[in-house]
Amino acid sequence: MKKLELRLSGFGGQGLITAGIILAEAAILDGKNAVQSQSYGPEARGGASKAEVIISSEEIDYPKVGQADLCLAMSQQACDKYAGNTQPNGVLVLDSGYVKNPPEFSGKMYSVPITEIATSEVGRNIVANIVALGVIAGVTNVVTRESLETAVLDRVPPHTKDLNKKALAAGYESAKNLLQREGE
Amino acid sequence: MAAKTKCKAQLLSGNEACVQGALVAGIRFFAGYPITPSTEVAEGLAEELPKIGGRFIQMEDEIASMGAVIGASLAGLKSMTATSGPGFSLKQENIGFAAMTEVPCVVVNVQRYGPSTGLPTSPAQGDIMQARWGTHGDHPVVALMPASVRETFDLTVEAVNLAEELRTPVIILLDEVVGHMRERVELPAAEDVELFNRVKPTESPDTFLPYKPAANLVPPMPAYGDGYRFHATGLVHDETGFPCGKGADGNTLVRRLQAKVEQRQPKIARAETFQTEDAEIVIVAAGSVARSARAAVKEARAQGIKLGLVRPITAWPFPEEAIDSVAQTAKALIVAEMNLGQMILEVERIAAGRAPVFGLNRIDAELITPEDIIVRAQEVTNNVR
Repeated sequence: MKKLELRLSGFGGQGLITAGIILAEAAILDGKNAVQSQSYGPEARGGASKAEVIISSEEIDYPKVGQADLCLAMSQQACDKYAGNTQPNGVLVLDSGYVKNPPEFSGKMYSVPITEIATSEVGRNIVANIVALGVIAGVTNVVTRESLETAVLDRVPPHTKDLNKKALAAGYESAKNLLQREGE
Repeated sequence: MAAKTKCKAQLLSGNEACVQGALVAGIRFFAGYPITPSTEVAEGLAEELPKIGGRFIQMEDEIASMGAVIGASLAGLKSMTATSGPGFSLKQENIGFAAMTEVPCVVVNVQRYGPSTGLPTSPAQGDIMQARWGTHGDHPVVALMPASVRETFDLTVEAVNLAEELRTPVIILLDEVVGHMRERVELPAAEDVELFNRVKPTESPDTFLPYKPAANLVPPMPAYGDGYRFHATGLVHDETGFPCGKGADGNTLVRRLQAKVEQRQPKIARAETFQTEDAEIVIVAAGSVARSARAAVKEARAQGIKLGLVRPITAWPFPEEAIDSVAQTAKALIVAEMNLGQMILEVERIAAGRAPVFGLNRIDAELITPEDIIVRAQEVTNNVR
């Protein structure tokens, strides 16, 4: 892997910037270089939110993501805005609970009920971002599972460790199912 | 400056690295008024300073916080503030006071889109000239422009050291991109970082003249409470520190203030050059834009276009030698900046017609991209053929 660019998008409050930080920290644990940046509106919650992560085994100069290799969209608005700026052979991961109108896409597109999994399987919708990380890493292997789990547990409050561990596992499980279905 | 021993790799933002640099450099007082995109500097120091016996004060506004920083420094502490755009404008009067009274202090300005409140969360580089001339009257200025998280750490340490050595305000001109981006960084161990502490007087308080310069043009500085009595005033003063109201004293004082920085210009002014030796077009870019330029140079060279980069590390004093050198060898210079043309004025002055100078300016709140630079370089190539 030379360089991978990821864009995590949705609305403020979904924990996308935290997810971006965790992903970058996992990449560092893997011995890679990583840059994480973000854009956000003046609002604390509800506005559009976007985190960008670049992972590379080389030096990273330009810190922003252009055409992403992978785009996560956790709202219809984010999907409409960012999905188009993904490599034609890239990967699109959509939260099917929010993205009702998926775009035409030539690459791989995975619709996963991310927030629904967080709510019903894990028990709290607040860990949807960690479920999303499990899905992303599960379908792309962008970071190792070991590093991702370490990075998640390093960042989250101590009393939520089990919850987040469960969320990450649920994400990986969902990715495994997607890949299996793809293989059939 | 960059020390050798490294701790383990971590993910830090520029603003967080600024906090780490400040702590290692010995900053023990911070006064400020939070403002995006500089708030993380205040947040970090609010958390860390009390743990090590330092003080953090959130003042009622930027004017007062700059005043508090000057007071704390006069009382002997290494002191700092952080702000952005409109806050930087408000601090200017007291920055002038600190220059005139020779009070060491560091002002972090994380540049955002202006004028006025502009776009609070968006990047710009519109304060390069304000950093130089924002406060009135002739005065020396040191302003540093980091382009990476590690460099933000290093230049924060250097800013504190220079302020202490020169007894003058030093500005760290970050921009929103570098302030907020997080990247992998290895910071040196604190014990490996070189520090400079202000020189204190050795003579008796009875004969002490507070504004009598040493041979290096900087007067030794006692702290209030050390037993030396002195008066600090923004009025023109003589060596006693008291106002004298005479033009001749102003002439001596202001020329010395200017000279104490100017005579160290070769040591302070710095630029990084990248692939300039055989470059036909040289990009001049600082801060976050220099990252795009570096990517552009690599990409362009892969396409056979001979691009190079000069990255000013100090905005002030401006690194004249680096520009002077490429003005003699390149066919054209392109100054890429997120403003309508500020640094270009210095580049034009130094190039003095030896190489044509073109601008590349974006003020749409987006970082200039490597593609923008390559396209501009192609236009310029066609232009100078």
